[in-house]
Amino acid sequence: MALQDHFDGGRTGMSLLDRVLQINLILVLLICLPALVGFAMLYSAAGGDMEPWASPQIIRFGFGLVIMFGAALVDIRFWLKSAYFIYAGAFVLLIGVELIGDSAMGAQRWVDIGPLQLQPSEIMKIALVMALARYFHTVAIEDIKRITALIPPLILILAPAALVLRQPDLGTAALLATSGAMMLFLAGLRLWKLGVAFVGLIGAIPVAWQFFRDYQKTRILTFINPESDPLGAGYHILQSKIAFGSGGIFGKGFLGGTQSHLNFLPEKQTDFVFTMLAEEFGLVGGIALLLLYFALIAYGTVVALRCNSQFGRMLGMGIIATFFLYVFINMAMVMGLVPIVGVPLPLISYGGSAMLTLMFGFGLVLNIYIHRDVQIGRRLHHMRT
Amino acid sequence: MQGETGRTKHFTRRAIILGGAQTLLLAGLAGRMYQLQVLESDRYKTLADENRINMQLLPPPRGRIFDRFGQPLAVNQLNYRLVIVPEQAGDLERSLSELGLLIPIEKHERERILREAQRKRNFVPITVRENLTWEEVSRIEVNAPDLPGTMIDVGQTRYYLAGEETAHIIGYVGAVSEKELAGDPVLALPGFRIGKNGAEKTFESALRGKAGSRQVEVNAFGRIIRELRRDEGQPGDDHILTVDMGLQVYSNARIRHESAAAVVVDVHSGEVLALVSAPSFNPNSFTTGISQTEWNALMANPRFPLMNKAISGQYSPGSTFKPIVALAALDGDIVNPNQKFLCSGYTVLGNRRFYCWKRGGHGMMDMNSGIAQSCDAYFYEVAKRVGVDTIAIMARRFGLGERLGIELPSEQKGLIPTRDWKLAVHGVPWQKGETLIIGIGQGFVLTTPLQLAVMTARIANGGIAIQPKLVRETQRVGHRLPDTREPFHSMGLSAAHLAIVQKGMFDVTNSPRGTAYRARIEEPGMAMAGKTASVQVKRITKAERERGVSKNEDRVWKDRDHALFIGYAPVNSPRYAVSVVVEHGGGGAKTAAPIARDILHEVQRRDLARRGPEKNIVLDMTAAV
Repeated sequence: MALQDHFDGGRTGMSLLDRVLQINLILVLLICLPALVGFAMLYSAAGGDMEPWASPQIIRFGFGLVIMFGAALVDIRFWLKSAYFIYAGAFVLLIGVELIGDSAMGAQRWVDIGPLQLQPSEIMKIALVMALARYFHTVAIEDIKRITALIPPLILILAPAALVLRQPDLGTAALLATSGAMMLFLAGLRLWKLGVAFVGLIGAIPVAWQFFRDYQKTRILTFINPESDPLGAGYHILQSKIAFGSGGIFGKGFLGGTQSHLNFLPEKQTDFVFTMLAEEFGLVGGIALLLLYFALIAYGTVVALRCNSQFGRMLGMGIIATFFLYVFINMAMVMGLVPIVGVPLPLISYGGSAMLTLMFGFGLVLNIYIHRDVQIGRRLHHMRT
Repeated sequence: MQGETGRTKHFTRRAIILGGAQTLLLAGLAGRMYQLQVLESDRYKTLADENRINMQLLPPPRGRIFDRFGQPLAVNQLNYRLVIVPEQAGDLERSLSELGLLIPIEKHERERILREAQRKRNFVPITVRENLTWEEVSRIEVNAPDLPGTMIDVGQTRYYLAGEETAHIIGYVGAVSEKELAGDPVLALPGFRIGKNGAEKTFESALRGKAGSRQVEVNAFGRIIRELRRDEGQPGDDHILTVDMGLQVYSNARIRHESAAAVVVDVHSGEVLALVSAPSFNPNSFTTGISQTEWNALMANPRFPLMNKAISGQYSPGSTFKPIVALAALDGDIVNPNQKFLCSGYTVLGNRRFYCWKRGGHGMMDMNSGIAQSCDAYFYEVAKRVGVDTIAIMARRFGLGERLGIELPSEQKGLIPTRDWKLAVHGVPWQKGETLIIGIGQGFVLTTPLQLAVMTARIANGGIAIQPKLVRETQRVGHRLPDTREPFHSMGLSAAHLAIVQKGMFDVTNSPRGTAYRARIEEPGMAMAGKTASVQVKRITKAERERGVSKNEDRVWKDRDHALFIGYAPVNSPRYAVSVVVEHGGGGAKTAAPIARDILHEVQRRDLARRGPEKNIVLDMTAAV
């Protein structure tokens, strides 16, 4: 295969066993711990029952582990080579939901492939990181200073973001744009250029505002003053803060979250699962989960930095940064710091697409750890060093 | 390779900056958690409780009403209601059709239920039918397994065991009107009833008790999850009346076919032993909502069944007023009781004749015979000397012309005229002739049967200013509440003067010349004293006289005289006083006196005063009566 020839680096021929032995068990543990917390919270959300959420979530997580290890054990150069294809595939699916997607909660986000419901925007989050990692892997640091070198990555970022915004999915669009911006930052883009882009985005808000649907506008407006309409659109934020704050330092105990269990807290098994955790386990539980996430992010960053290839570093950092964004936006959202945008808490919230794509992403992080010493050539014509 | 190390260095620097920024943001989240869960936690805890905790009022069981011996008169009956929870019933229409086979469900009822089901949340029970009979309850319970979502719910409905017998005393309860809603929040509960008349109205707050409450945890949809705290509140106080049901029933039977009222009081304690007004009505019709037909019939009845004539009916006392006139004369030393006046059938004042009821005249009359034979001419002479204002003062001392404060709504004051009153109200000075008319208890003067009974009691008890009372004691959850009522005081009348009047009244029924000799009680030790009165409602016109109408029986009912009688017994040691008013009953001696005699005989036969009930009334709060 021609492609394989171009990208083959120095250390070739790692056996499958070698790779299995190189699986970073600390990372696996750090991924499993939040997931276990998630099972407990879903058990609690159902009022102390494995059904209807905890059991499917465990099965899904098991499935996710398989995907994760699968992604980890494939040669890293395969992912490098297929990065654009995966991006293109995700992009096609994204266009697909515009045409054939079902409307769920006012937003077209799902595409039905047989019995499986797929959320292309979730796949796109990883695919974008992969495509950008590949792009910046091939571009020399000197070239990045050239403005023309920025056009392809900007298209890679803005095209899916615009599509997702059309769906409309404000949260994912913001997430895509932000993780793209972080990738640009990591690639060494001059800060003033990022600053210009940021100012440009701010300037685009009034224009974008007109394209927002009414419910998106009210979400943003009620974020600014949730108490103004406590039974209407501000209800979710207010109820979340009430449940959160009433947890106090030590919480109300496992299965004892009154606000969650009496359904004052909306979407307690998905977007607001952290609020339920904070209500039942208080500040202590919230900080503990935060530390767990911090450990995963910090360790993931170390793994990414340890990698020898630019593709691996970019990919690892990009995935960890995306993961961070999930955590941050979700937590900030349920605590009333940012508008309610519908971003799940990774590894904990009940849901299929997000879990599977995330596990795939962690598989890539494990992958770059396994292949940390693999040298990958920058250009297609001198892959071998 | 060239550029690769620089790229790595560059990347590492940027990655560390990014990692630092992420760490700072995560620290910011931790700070926000601290703010919400520590600094502002109390505020959110309060909000959380407001969210989930709901207060619900529990209606207190209404206080029951008993007669003096503990016989229940007003109780709370279990009201079996059939309710259906649409959520559990599934197909509501089919469930109703199946229920329709067991108990009749009218078409409009069915529509109401379906309407309610659409309006309310589907776990809220909807009442299908109220006041189910025991048989209907059994039929539903037996089929319960096939009727998902249906339940028999138990509420309480006021029930008056004695019905018409005590309707005028106890009154009835009814739905709370818009006007009455203010105040106690328990009033707003669906189906809550409050006293609308009678003792039910007077003692409303004591009978109602205090509402309990329960705190329940509700979810975001308002469904009750569990009960957190329960405060049973305080059931309404049980009221034990002074009325003896035996005597009440007897008295009712005695006046049943008349438009009449009678009151029996204990002359020492003021306890009302019987208070009857005929015709009566069925109070149970009011508790569940009276039908239009029944209401129209009550309103159209010329004898006013809804009016309690014993306290609201105002009648000229006629000759029953004469003892007061006599006492006014004696008290002021104006007329010597032995002084005799000639009755020639009329008295002349100026150029006008005032006739005695006995056209032929009584001859020489002193005070005793004046009372016993009810000589009008004698009392014209006395009144002429005493004057209207002095009579009024004495009348007021006996409780006339003002409310006596019996524990019933709509008690009337009656009227005791004075010179000033007439000038103020009618704008015309008092005429001397009017004093003469007042002397025989006619003209402006008005009294209620209750006032006449109390007046009689005060004559009989030697001038103690007793007040009528209807409640013997109240019990709160089986414990007697202290009686704060004041003892009665002497009116300061001379015993000798009272004795003169009492002798006159004794002779009314016991002297062969007395007006009510034929209505005497012959049984030893039970003899009664009394006073008759026949009060003219409408003069017999010249035209009628020419047609030969001279007797009451010849006239239409509403033109006939009112028949009155006051009396007390036993004469040696008076204990019971009675007043009887029969509207358009004709002669007092003929119609009212026999009724009074029978009632006084019955009350003595039952000897209520000596049957001390205090200790043996044990009210069991749980007893289902």
